[in-house]
Order: sequence, then C-alpha cells, then structure tokens
Amino acid sequence: MEGFPLLSVIAFSPLAGVLALLMIRGAPEVVALNSKRVALFTSLFPLIGGIFMYLFFDGQSADFQFVEDSGWLKALGFRYQMGVDGISMFFVLLSVFLTPICILSAWEAIQTRVREYMVAFLILETLMVGTFCALDTVLFYVFFEGVLLPMFLIIGVWGGPRRVYASYKFFLYTLLGSVLMLVGMLVLYAQTGTTDIRVLMENPVASHLQYWLWLAFFASFAVKMPMWPVHTWLPDAHVEAPTAGSVILAGVLLKMGGYGFLRFSLPMFPEASAYFTDFVFVLSVIAIIYTSLVALVQEDMKKLIAYSSVAHMGFVTLGIFTATMQGVQGAIFQMLSHGLISGALFLCVGVVYDRLHTREMARYGGIVKNMPRYATVFMIFMLGSVGLPGTSGFVGEFLVLLGTFQVHTVYAALAATGVVLGAAYMLMLYRRVVFGPPAHNDALAMPDLSLREFWILAPLVVLVLWLGVFPNQVNNKIAPSVERLISLYQTGQPVDVRAVDNEGQLAN
Amino acid sequence: MMDDFNLIPLVPEIFIAFVAMGLLIVGVFHGNSSARVVSWASVLGCVIAIILLLGLSWSPQTALNNFFVFDKFSGFMKLILLIGVISSLALSVRYIIQEGMERFEYPVLILFASLGMMFMLSANNFLALYMGLELQSLSLYVLAAFHRHSRKAAEAGIKYFLLGALSSGMLLFGISLIYGFTGSIDFDVVGSALTGLEALPLGLIIGLVFVLAGLVFKISAAPFHMWTPDVYQGAPTSTTAFFAIAPKVAAMGLLIRLLMEPFGALSEQWVQILYFVSVLSMVVGSFAAIVQEDIKRLLAYSSIGNMGYALIGLVAGGPQGVSAVVLYLLIYMISTAGVFAVVLSMRRQGLSATKISDLSGLSKTAPGLAYAMFILMFSISGIPPLAGFFGKLLIFNAAVAEGYYVLATFGLLTSVVAAFYYLRIVKVMFFDDVQDPLDAEVPFARRFILAVVLCFVIGFVFKPMPFIHMADNAVSPFFAGQVVVTEQAE
Repeated sequence: MEGFPLLSVIAFSPLAGVLALLMIRGAPEVVALNSKRVALFTSLFPLIGGIFMYLFFDGQSADFQFVEDSGWLKALGFRYQMGVDGISMFFVLLSVFLTPICILSAWEAIQTRVREYMVAFLILETLMVGTFCALDTVLFYVFFEGVLLPMFLIIGVWGGPRRVYASYKFFLYTLLGSVLMLVGMLVLYAQTGTTDIRVLMENPVASHLQYWLWLAFFASFAVKMPMWPVHTWLPDAHVEAPTAGSVILAGVLLKMGGYGFLRFSLPMFPEASAYFTDFVFVLSVIAIIYTSLVALVQEDMKKLIAYSSVAHMGFVTLGIFTATMQGVQGAIFQMLSHGLISGALFLCVGVVYDRLHTREMARYGGIVKNMPRYATVFMIFMLGSVGLPGTSGFVGEFLVLLGTFQVHTVYAALAATGVVLGAAYMLMLYRRVVFGPPAHNDALAMPDLSLREFWILAPLVVLVLWLGVFPNQVNNKIAPSVERLISLYQTGQPVDVRAVDNEGQLAN
Repeated sequence: MMDDFNLIPLVPEIFIAFVAMGLLIVGVFHGNSSARVVSWASVLGCVIAIILLLGLSWSPQTALNNFFVFDKFSGFMKLILLIGVISSLALSVRYIIQEGMERFEYPVLILFASLGMMFMLSANNFLALYMGLELQSLSLYVLAAFHRHSRKAAEAGIKYFLLGALSSGMLLFGISLIYGFTGSIDFDVVGSALTGLEALPLGLIIGLVFVLAGLVFKISAAPFHMWTPDVYQGAPTSTTAFFAIAPKVAAMGLLIRLLMEPFGALSEQWVQILYFVSVLSMVVGSFAAIVQEDIKRLLAYSSIGNMGYALIGLVAGGPQGVSAVVLYLLIYMISTAGVFAVVLSMRRQGLSATKISDLSGLSKTAPGLAYAMFILMFSISGIPPLAGFFGKLLIFNAAVAEGYYVLATFGLLTSVVAAFYYLRIVKVMFFDDVQDPLDAEVPFARRFILAVVLCFVIGFVFKPMPFIHMADNAVSPFFAGQVVVTEQAE
C-alpha cells in the first residue's frame, strides 16, 4: 500500500459519483432511479477502501498511517496532509459504513429531488471522511465546516414542517462555534508557525495562551457534540431532518466534536484541559441527568432519541476528560457504538414513520403482533442504547464509568444514575410503541419489515452484537494511539502536577 | 524622471480612450439601434486592452513627468478591473435592451468610467488621482440615472451625484492641506517629506482624514456608505452590477497605493481610522442587511460589509495583509459578477423583479440558477470549501499574525450574522414554495459568465496557490525592501 493515496481515494471517490449524477439525463422517474443506483454504487467504493484501510492498518503502532502530504496552500504553510491513527480510523470506517445505509434507507422515503439528495449525501461523505483524516488544522476546518452546506440542504429541503427553523438553528449555532475555533487555529498558527497537527500535538503552546485557545476550540466542539447547554439545536434538527439525515447527524456529525476534543484539546492544550476538567465534568453530568429526564417526557420518538443522544454524548465528554486509559477508550468506543445504535434507532423510527407518517408514540402500540421481526430488531438496538451487556453500548458506558471512578467518585456515581434513567426512557419508548394496548387499527395494519429494510438493519445488528461480544477487536487497535495521547497529555502538565499524576498512574 | 516622453505604459489607456471615442462616433452615426454592436465592440476593446496590458513590461516605470506609474500592482489591478468591466458589459447587453435603455452611450460611458479607473490605479500624483476619480465618478453619475424615465433611477443619480460631489470636495480639501504642509502633490515627494517628520502638524492629520474620508466614500465603507443602498436599488440593475464590480477594485487599489507609498510613514495614524471604518462597515453590513426586502439593497449592504473585511487586511498591513486584500478583492469581484448574472436574470413577464421574495421556489422553476446562487451565497458568506472562505481566511490570518485578535474575532462574529441573510436567500429559493415563477430564460453570455464564475468558486480549493502567488506578486512593489512574502513556516 506504500505510496497509494488510499485516504484520498476514500475521501474523494464520492465526488466522482457526484459528477456522474450530474450527467444523468432522461425522464424524472428514470433520473430518480438511476440517481439512487449510481449513489449507492459510488458509496460502495469508499466502503471497500475503508475495509482495505482496516486490514492494512498496523494496530501495534500509534503513528499516523497512510500519510499523504502535498502542497496545497504551501506558501502559507497550510498543507494537504491526510493520515489516520487508531482513533480516527474507526470514525472513517463509521462514516463510510453509514453512508450506503443512509442512501438505501432513502430509497422510498425520498420522492422529490432525488438526484440532489444523493449529491448532498455523497458530498457529505467526502467531507466527513476528510474531517477525520485531515492532519492540518486548516484542512480540518475546511472539511469540518463544509459539512454545514449539504446538511443545511438536507434538513431544509427534505425535512419536516419546521424544517426552516431547524436548519437555520443548526447552521448558525454550528457556524458561531466554528468561527471561534478558526480564530483559535489562526492564533495557534501565528504562535507556532505551523498548522501540522502532528507537530502541534507534540509541542503544546505556551500555557498563558492555552486557556484562551482551549475555550475557542471548546466553543466549536461543544456545539457540535452537543454539550449541555448548547445542545438545543440537536432535538430540532433531528426531529425535522429526514431519516437518513438524522442517521448521519447522530451517527457521524456528533462524533466530530468528540474527535476534536481528542485530536486538539487534550494533546495541544493539556494544561488548559486539566484546568477545565471539572467544568467539563459538571456540564457532562448535567447533560446526562437533565437530558435523560427530558427524554422521559417526550411524546415524539425522534425527539426522545435526540435527547438520549445528548445524554450519551455526556458520557463521551466525561470519558475524554478523565484522561485515563479506560475513560478515553470508553469514550471512543461509546462514540462508535452510539453512531451505530442511534443511527439504527433513527432507522427504526423511520420504518414506522414511512408507514404511518407520525412520530407520536401514542399513535402506535401493540405492533409486536403485526411486526414481529421489526420488534426484535428494535429491541436489540433499544437494549444496546440502554447499555445491556452483550451489546456495544455496554462496553463504552462501562469503560467510561470505570475511568471516571478513578478520577472522581462523585461524578461517576452521578453519571451512573444516567444509566438507570437511560433504561427508563428507552424501555418506556419500547413499551409504548411495540407493546402497549393495541389502540389504533392503522398501526396494527402495518406490514412487517420489507426485505430492503431488513438488509439495512441487519449489518447494524451484527455489528452492535459483535462489538458487544468482542470489544477488543476495536480496543486493541485504539490502544496504542490512546496511550500516546495520554502520555502527551501527561507530559504537557506543569511539573508539580505531573509528579502527582504519575504517582496516581503507578498506583493503578 | 523628467527626461523622456514615454507613452508606452499608457498604451492600454490610450487604446481604451480611442475605442470609446470611436464607438461614440459610430453610435452617433448609426443611432441607438447600434447599442448591441457597440456593447460587444466595447467588450472586444477591453479584451484587446488586456492583451496590450499583458504585453507591457511590468517592471516599475513612470510616465508623464511622474504623473503616471506602472508597476506590477497597477498592472494586476488593471487586469482584474478589465475582467470585471468585460463581465459587467457582457451581463448587461440583454438587460438594457429588455429595459428599453438601448442607447449606445451606455457602453461608451462604461468605457470612460473604466478609463478613469485605470488612471486611478496608476496615479502617482494627487492631481492624476483626482482626474481619474472624477472621470470615473462623472460617468458613474450618468450611468446611475441612465434609465431616464424611471423616477428611482433619477433619484439614485441625483443622490449619488450630490454625495459624490461632497466627497470629492472633501478629498480636494484634504489634498490641498497635504499640499500646504508638504509642498508637493507628487506621491514620491509627499512620501519622502512625511518620512522625515518628527512631530506631525495637526493640519496634516486633518488633511489625511479628509483624503481618507473621500476615498472611503468611493469604496462605500461605513460611515460614508449612506448612498450605497439607495443607488444600488434605484439604478438600473446592469449599472448596479457595474457599480458593485469595477469601482470597488479601482478605489481600493488607489487606497492601497496611497496608504503604502505617500502615507506609508503615517501608518500609525491611518490604521486607527481604518480600524474604526472596518469595524463599523462590518456591523452595518451585517446587521442592516437582515431587514432588507430588495435583493439589490441587500447586496449593497453586503458590499459594505465586504469592504469592511477587506480593510482588515489593510489594517494588518505588511505584505501578507495587503496581498490578502488584493486576493479578497479578486474573489469578491468574481463572485459578485456571478451574483449579478443571477439577479439580472430575475424577470417576470418581461419586467425586472428584484424582491427577495421573487426568488421563492427558484430551485424548482430554474434549478440551475438556484444552485448557482446557492454556491455564490455560501461563498460570499465564507463557508469552506468555496473560494470566499479562502479570501476571508487569508485576511484573518494576516490580522491574527499582526496581533489584531479582537478585530479578527469581531470580523468572524459579524460574518456569522451576515451568514443569516445569505441563508435567507437560500431559504427562499429552496425551502419556500413557488409563488409567482420567474421567467427562466438566461442568455448565453450570462450562462457563460456564471459557468466560469462557478468553476472558479468551486475549483479554488483544489488549486489556490497560483492566485495567491499572483496577489503576492502584485503587492511586491510596495515591499521591495523586505523579504518577499510568506515563504515561511516550511
């Protein structure tokens, strides 16, 4: 694989599909059908590329692999640098895995402007993969921010009744956070003279700057994550977005925030990260408990899952900022698992929504009778979201709580109550929709999963269970990169603090 | 430099002057029916002028007793100016016919205005500056009121003329003060007279302020922006397109030369002024645009805001900052040409429609136009990976490199506010239902310009370096003594 630009191929092959899509001619129905086929076919290339990447990835090494480096804006020092380590590789895999699923799930749900929809998704895939591969801050920003364009259209054009409000809110919230990060990146560049993420990770900036820069980056990642109290765009965006939009939003876009914390905040501003740890912990715990309670009273299925996403992301930020091996690994695992599970849950909601065109829980009930296969699949994901052992959801939450417990018992205890609340709202959702008194005839007349729907959900079921049973398949490959991350974080601490921390580390 | 009678550097200007006068004669003989021919002949004239320009030696040279300077900077600025003129001429041919303004004076006036702008870019003397500026302004006043039977156009023309005359008066007053304190109107002499000064006389500073006020009026930056929305809205759209594209380049180029060369020693003074002007323009440009209903008015505020961003680069100064301004202008000009290609095509039942709500549902009736506008709007609001983002990136990078953190943060925050109204246009086109469909007919020239503009705006991300090198090269005459630009951080 030496010299072959694998990551660029993964990232940019969807654009070839975009060009092909623009050239399709013919009657509207023909264009629609061919667009779907072309888009699906194109999205398989990155998936195959991703599998190759996984197979050729050296799991023993903490270095960035498949690195590409070429000019671009080179007179200014901004370079086109791509590469993955153990952390980013799985996010790339997640992106290329979810895109074909999203395209398939839109097969019948999207009836208007199909071609444009597919173009938006393929461009989105390029930008997502690019975000996780970029090794240059400016390049990262270009991808990270570019995501707004297709997503704005996806929510606004194919969304629900309040789509305009939701798309504006999504766009402006995220943009506001991001521009602060851009200032931070430029300051970082002015101070260090480089935008190379690898160099910046090894050489943290002067401590008086770290605090400001940390806040600038935090503004962006916290919105993207989203953390309480800047999470309010998420329920709106999720509710209004079409199913596939919600899947990609929950599955991948939210992970960009967590990835940003891991790639930028912890290694580049270790001192500031340590300083703000309690601040993040408090926000995370509030997110876990408060949004879980909010989720309990939702009537709208999508809104419930959206709030549960905020709660799950609370675990992620908690885990990341423990800066312990278990905590960080757990956070990454939780992000991957949440990407699969919440994506799948949105797909499950989409399945019934396509039949009855309502997301209100009260309109369903007792559908286990007519949709047994659906009920089974939905149950697996519901239990995964609750964190039942044997599903991927368990591993992430457990590791995060383990890591948090070492750092701060109180936060761990509070976060653990979130697990209980999570079980409460998810079981309630399942009971009201799938069991419950059979109240509505139209709900009871719904046909079970179609073959297409089954095959969309099947790979997700397999992965959720497989990751739940063999988590080390992922964890072992992440471990070297996480170890390096933590050692960078530790060496970045001021000397007196470091001494204490090292002792703590030894005691473990 | 008083030696020879060298007209070589003026060849493009002389050529444009002859073309303009020749076409005037053609027009007089053939009447208004020749408007179309005269327009395309003007385009051809500009193309030939570009070829002549490229044929010149771009090493610094002066002519007409140091009245006129030609170097890489004026060469490059003239190049983008002429490209802007060509595109605005090509955009407007169909429009003036449709609007019943089919008169041969229209392209000729544009040529005269361009001639004035080219002189502005090469002025090396306050008198040359003023002459160029007035030749430009007088042509623009007439162009603003070109739609004789329209009250709004007449109003726009009068308003522009009165305020323009006021600003010219301020400029002249400032020049006379500077002459009084330095004893010369030659840029080089003024520059060396100012360099040696220990204490700055108050009158000189007042002179500087007046000169800057006059020029800030011409680039329509706040607080001298009041004319812009009215003139943009009232003038015929083809004229508005020209206003938005060409004079900005010329006036900004003039401002850059003035601040770098004669006033270079006063940078401590003018930086404060420009800082204030820049912040105010960004605020006005972003907040006032939110409530606009008319797309031309909205674009007027957008241009005010954009000038604010460009000025950030001047405040930052240095090769990096100034080169960023040049690149920003280039990107701004190209995107604006694209935007006006769309706005000029907004017609309903043969009448021009300029309300934002007229665009509703455009993505269904004319998807090509709608997607073009979508890309342009996001480019202007600075969302990556489109070209507009890189213009802003370089500007803010220069500002941060010089330590203007607050200004950069402020600029980026106002750009979020500005994003709101650009989004509104996208929303109207994509999310709203069709109310009253627009005629979807777009003439070839506009489609061609739109295609070129889109290729630039989308393709910039893949190959940005050539343009950045061009901009670096263009500003190199001002920094001859310094290490050449940004080759750091390798």
